[in-house]
Amino acid sequence: MDHLAGKRNLWYAISTIVIIPGLLGLIIFGLQLGIDFTGGTNWNLKFDRSIETEEVRAVLEEHGFDGSVVQVSSQDGGKDNVAVINMKELQQGSPEKQELEQALRSQIGNFDELEIVSVGASVGNEISRRAIFAVFLASIGVITYIAFAFRNTQNPALYGIAAIVAMLHDVVVVLGVFAILGKVANVEIDALFVTAILTVIGFSVHDTIVVFDRIRENLARRAAPTFEGIVNYSLAQTVVRSLNTSMTVIFTLMALYLFGGESTKNFVLALLIGVVSGTYSSIFNASQILVSWETGEIQRLFRRLTGKGAGPAMAPSR
Amino acid sequence: MRLRPWHMLIVIVVLTLVSTWISLPGQTLDVAGIKQDVTVHEGLDLQGGVQVLLKAEPAPGQRLDSDVLNGTRNAVERRVNGLGVNEPVIRTRGNDEISVELPGVNDIPDCLKDGNGADCTPAELQIDSNGDGTPEHQLQDADGNGTLDCLEDGNADDCRLPGLGAERAVRVLQRTALLEIIDPQGSFLPEGTRVRTSLNPNDTGEETAETPAASPEASPVASPEAATAGDSPTGPVYNTIIAGDDLKDAFVNYNQVGQMVVGFQLNGDAASRFYDFTSTHLGQPMSIVIDKEVISSPVINGAISNEGVIEGVPPAQVRDLVLQLKAGALAVPLKVVQSRTVGPTLGQDSIDRSLIAGIIGLGTVALFMVLYYRLPGVLSVVALLIYTSITFALFKLIPVTLTLAGIAGFILSIGMAVDANVLIFARLKEELRTGRTLSSAIEAGFDHAWPSIRDSNISSMITAAILYWFGRYTGASIITGFALTLFVGVAVSMFTAITVTRTFLRLMVDAGMARHRSWFGLVDEPTPAPSPAD
Repeated sequence: MDHLAGKRNLWYAISTIVIIPGLLGLIIFGLQLGIDFTGGTNWNLKFDRSIETEEVRAVLEEHGFDGSVVQVSSQDGGKDNVAVINMKELQQGSPEKQELEQALRSQIGNFDELEIVSVGASVGNEISRRAIFAVFLASIGVITYIAFAFRNTQNPALYGIAAIVAMLHDVVVVLGVFAILGKVANVEIDALFVTAILTVIGFSVHDTIVVFDRIRENLARRAAPTFEGIVNYSLAQTVVRSLNTSMTVIFTLMALYLFGGESTKNFVLALLIGVVSGTYSSIFNASQILVSWETGEIQRLFRRLTGKGAGPAMAPSR
Repeated sequence: MRLRPWHMLIVIVVLTLVSTWISLPGQTLDVAGIKQDVTVHEGLDLQGGVQVLLKAEPAPGQRLDSDVLNGTRNAVERRVNGLGVNEPVIRTRGNDEISVELPGVNDIPDCLKDGNGADCTPAELQIDSNGDGTPEHQLQDADGNGTLDCLEDGNADDCRLPGLGAERAVRVLQRTALLEIIDPQGSFLPEGTRVRTSLNPNDTGEETAETPAASPEASPVASPEAATAGDSPTGPVYNTIIAGDDLKDAFVNYNQVGQMVVGFQLNGDAASRFYDFTSTHLGQPMSIVIDKEVISSPVINGAISNEGVIEGVPPAQVRDLVLQLKAGALAVPLKVVQSRTVGPTLGQDSIDRSLIAGIIGLGTVALFMVLYYRLPGVLSVVALLIYTSITFALFKLIPVTLTLAGIAGFILSIGMAVDANVLIFARLKEELRTGRTLSSAIEAGFDHAWPSIRDSNISSMITAAILYWFGRYTGASIITGFALTLFVGVAVSMFTAITVTRTFLRLMVDAGMARHRSWFGLVDEPTPAPSPAD
């Protein structure tokens, strides 16, 4: 635990290794958008017997219609005999439809088709764009508040920016994992995924600030001679608490993942990844960014990238 | 100002009892009936509700493109919001349909929701949607013991009249509600007259199909010669002075004789137009027309500018009409294709399983806290229970509509509430290790933990507030549902973590109950603080 800040390049490397495949996946494959985003087909079937949501869902999933939303409704004096299915595009008269109908008949029972119609997205592009803008506004709000709360430090804005960078790290990790899962396991994102991302954002910033608070306190007490030393000391003090808090959240999420309903599994998975990443990033990214800035590493990197230090003669020497 | 610990304890106990009482489901322990209106609001994804499918049926010559359909969708959304339904989902379907989901609107008659059928009129217990006098569905007391059959199990859950919930929704959504005030050219148009107006003269309201194509090219401005013509849709085209778009507001009002009427306010431009018209037509009638049908034809008694009332609306329809006028007319007439009641998106089985999983998860957290932090852990579990009870009571009181997104916000806030306790106890342990006495370690632990609890929670609240404001502004209900529960949860957790846990610990010390350091998870003797690394 002693030299967490000294190994910061290792921590950055780990983050990069985790992020790069996801980021590539995100760029190349994108996310598999579920019917909440793309729209799809609304298929209503009246069965001869009472049905349950999960049994219909299971049959649909077996035939490649993952992420279908099944609602049970009553009609014509029957009880729970109608399945209202929102699913991916299912063409009238297509072989997929015949296959599905056969499977439903053999596994659940006979049914009449009441209706099949294509539907628009419930989370349209508009809402996704609004959510992104809302997160952007919230980030500015958080940066402003942190700058205010850390006004007694040398570089108040730095803390807010580092917290937001760590948060973006977590969001990209979750998005990346789901881009890969989308490609590999056909996992689709739905409206709940938007919620999961918002939750990860909330958790990440919260977790980071707790660590920063220790740094602020130790700076005021001059607990160590160098900034790096102070960050190190603060991390050593907060790491147990960070892990404990994350453990409690992870316990709850694991229980939800293992025992909870089928339809919230992906949601819980996104949260789990986000919480683990959020814990990592507050210790190993956000705080390390502070050190890298204070030691001038980030500034040197920028100079190099913007070309001012392009000549080898001007490359920073260590 | 600081309350003594045991004073604070009384406050906490009272608060806990009140919030637990509110949180208890239904009318449990509700002596005075105060709790009746306090219920958990659940979104369609959790509780099911009514689904209505509307199809646009443009009048002849009217264009229907995606802009028009979206405009109509927005008017439908405003009406639904006016109905008081939370978290509705309204989306376009295909090229000409709009689907509406209304959570919580169910088929149980309102008069039965208290579990007692004594105050129901026979009309409330049956449904006759085709109006042929023979109800399609009826709730009965077949065995004649004075209690409706479906109520004999003590609750009204199975007292359903299929289609009842959809009915009111359909009533409000379907009507075009195009308000016009027209100049009848001095003649008195009796109620119920169908007229043509300068606003889209080809459209004569519901009877569109029967309109003979006799004079489709009629001038949009009424000619005085035509003014005497009567009540036929083929008659003159009357000049529209005010249309629905000119309304600034509509509200329920009462006239001199105490009848319910529809009050309205006009926006600036229309007000001056209305003033010009009324001041030059004193003593003459004007006609108020909705969907091309005359509702009333009052005589102008004085110049009116920005306010007026519409009389002649049956009292039962006043509220619906106000709602429709406020939301604006539909750009295209809609027909209800289908309306039905549906179950929860996730299925009850899924919700039940998630609930059990949540309990297992929280139980594990409690166990962890107790094992790791010992006595303070026990206290924090109690504080967490109080936290849950207060938060849930607030959800009911505000009221917050619980959706899956909202529950996610709540779970996150529980995590943050636990975190506050973890922070405090970690500090407490540190202070104890430096050799402080218990009571001074408790105070120092809290004081040192406070800035980080404050700053992390305030940033969470800022995030939640911005997300809420933004979700509200743009109508993205996923975002508002999440943000509201997170905000409430974090605000309460600041109180419980600091006040409740601290009060408990102080009381323990005062009572001399917390003497053993092992109760705080310490085994070693006091050692100096760890020296700063590096």
